[in-house]
Amino acid sequence: MTHRSAPTTPSLRARTLGAGYPDRTVLDGLELTVSPGRVSVLIGANASGKSTLLSTLARLIPPLAGTVELDGTDIHAIPRRTLARTLGILPQHPVAPDGLTVAELVARGRYPHRGLFGRWTAADTAAVDEALAATGTAPLAERRIGALSGGQRQRAWIAMVLAQDPRILLLDEPTTFLDLSHQLEVLDLLVRLNRERGTTVVVVLHDLNLAARYADELVVMSRGAVIAQGRPADVLTPSVVSEAFGLEALIIPDPLTTTPLVVPVPGGVRASADET
Amino acid sequence: MSPGTRAARGIVVLGAGLLTLTVAALLSVMVGTRPIDPGIVLDALLHADPQNPDHLVVLTQRIPRTVIGVLAGTALAAAGGMMQGLTRNPLADPGLLGVNAGASFAVLTAITVLGLTQPSAFVWFAFLGAALAAVAVYAIGSAGRDGATPAKLALTGAAVTAGLTSLSMLVLTTNTTALNTYRFWSVGSLTGRGLSEAWFVAPVIGAGLVLALITAAGLNLLALGDDTARGLGHSVRRTRTLAMIAIVLLCGSATAIAGPLVFVGLVVPHVARALVGTDYRWIVAAGIPLGGVLLVGADVLGRVVAAPAELEAGLIVAFLGAPALMSLVLRRRPVSL
Repeated sequence: MTHRSAPTTPSLRARTLGAGYPDRTVLDGLELTVSPGRVSVLIGANASGKSTLLSTLARLIPPLAGTVELDGTDIHAIPRRTLARTLGILPQHPVAPDGLTVAELVARGRYPHRGLFGRWTAADTAAVDEALAATGTAPLAERRIGALSGGQRQRAWIAMVLAQDPRILLLDEPTTFLDLSHQLEVLDLLVRLNRERGTTVVVVLHDLNLAARYADELVVMSRGAVIAQGRPADVLTPSVVSEAFGLEALIIPDPLTTTPLVVPVPGGVRASADET
Repeated sequence: MSPGTRAARGIVVLGAGLLTLTVAALLSVMVGTRPIDPGIVLDALLHADPQNPDHLVVLTQRIPRTVIGVLAGTALAAAGGMMQGLTRNPLADPGLLGVNAGASFAVLTAITVLGLTQPSAFVWFAFLGAALAAVAVYAIGSAGRDGATPAKLALTGAAVTAGLTSLSMLVLTTNTTALNTYRFWSVGSLTGRGLSEAWFVAPVIGAGLVLALITAAGLNLLALGDDTARGLGHSVRRTRTLAMIAIVLLCGSATAIAGPLVFVGLVVPHVARALVGTDYRWIVAAGIPLGGVLLVGADVLGRVVAAPAELEAGLIVAFLGAPALMSLVLRRRPVSL
C-alpha cells in the first residue's frame, strides 16, 4: 500500500477517445482530463455516453480509437492488477451470489493486492476492517447481501471498492433505486472519502441538483462528447441544460448551499434530445 | 465467516468427506450378490489366488467398479461446481455444455459405423465426442464482442445438445442393434469397464482437478459480474478458458468411463455449497470426496435394493438426487445467482 503515501494523485485522461459498438458509435473523439483529488460528477441525458465513458476509463471495454492514460501511460499497457490497485470501479448493476456475506464481499475487493497464491495478510484484514468502518457496514459484516436493504447493499458494494484501496474511484449511478435520504448518505460517504483519503472520485448521477451540490467539478456529456466541464456554478447554465437535456429550465441558487438549482419550466421538454 | 473460520470449516468437511468415501469404497468392495469379508478383500489384494472365486470377484469386478465410481463421481462433482460458477447458473451441470450429448453421439457412431460392442472400446469415442462438443459450444458461444458470456454459453450448449440428441435419436430409432448396445451405456453404469480404462483417464482427471482448484479462485470474482471482476484486475477471459478446459477434461473422462451420468454434477456442488459456503475453491474441493461418495454409494445401493439383480448407479443417483435437490432449494430463500 505504498501508493497511499504517494505525494501526487495520479491523473486520468482520455485523448480523442472513441468507443461503442460496430454499428453504433457512442463516444467520438472525446477529450477529458479528470481533475485529480476532486469529486467529478458526470451528467448527461440517457444514451449520451456516460456509462460507456466510465467503462472505457476503467478498461472494462477497449476503446475503438484514442487512448485512456494514467499518468501519461496507456492503461492497456498497464498490467491488470497493477491498474486495479490505482483505479477502482463500481459498475452499474453489480451482482452478488446467493448467500455471500458483506464481509466476504468486501474481502474480494483485496484481490489485486494479493500475491500469486492469494495468502490473506494482516494488511488485507486491516483494509477490510477500515472499509467496513468507513461505510458503516461493520455491524452488517456477517449479514447476507441478499438480506440487506437497497441503501445497505450499496454501502457494502462501496466498501468492497474501498477495500481495493484505489486512488481513483469510478462509480456508475451508485444512487439509482435509492430513496432521497439513502442517496444523500451515499454521496456524503463519497465526499468524505475524497476529503479524508484524497481519493479522486468520478461518479455518474442523474439528479442535476444533487450533482450540483456534491460536485467539485461537473462534466456534462451530450451525444458522446463532453460539452462543458467546470465548477457547477459556471457550468450549469440554461443553455447547457438545454443543449444536454433538451430541457428549458430556470437556474436559481440553492437557498441552503448557493449551488445552482435546476427548475424545469412546465412544458419545457423538447422531444428526445439524445436521439436526434 | 472470516477467512480463517471458513478455511477451518472447509478442512473439516473435506476430512469428513474423505472418511465417508473410504467407508463407501470399502462397502463397495464387500457388498454384492456374493458378500465378501474384509479379511478376504485384504487377502485378495496382498496375495491374490486366481483359483479363489472370491478373489476373482474382488479383483476383476468390485475393485474396478469402485475405482471407476470414485473417479467419475469426483470428476463430475468438480466439473459441476466449475460449470455453475462459469455460467453463474445454479441449475448448470456439466451436461449443459453439450458434453454428454457429444459423448453419446460419438459412442453411437462407434456402434453403428464401426460395429463396436464392448463398453471398454467406447471410452475413446466418448472422450473425443465430449471434447469436440464442448470445444464447439465454447467456440460458438464466445463469438461476438462480449466473449463467452454465461447466457451465450448456456444457450449454445442447449442448442448443440438438442441437435446432437436428435441425431442420436434418429440413429437409435432406425437401428435396433445400436439401441441394445447403447442403452446400458447411456444409463450410466460402473460395470463392464476394466481397470485399464480407469488408469487411462485417471491422470486426465488428476490434471483436470488441479486446473479446477487453481481456477476456482477466479470464479469467486466472476460471481460478482464480469465488470466487477475486470475492475478488480482479473482476466475474465483467462478464467473462462481455463475453467472450460478443466470441465472438458473432467467431464469427458467421467462420461468416457461411466456413461452420461446426470445429477452428480448438479447435486453435489449444491450440497458442498450448503456445507462450506460460497467460495468456489471450497465448493470444488469439498465436491471431490462428496462426488465419489454419491456415485459409489448409489452403486452399492443399486446392488442391495434389487438383489440378486442390480440397478445401474445412474438410476439410483437420479432417484436420490431429485428429492435431495428439491429439499436444498426449498430450505433456502429464492436464489438469485
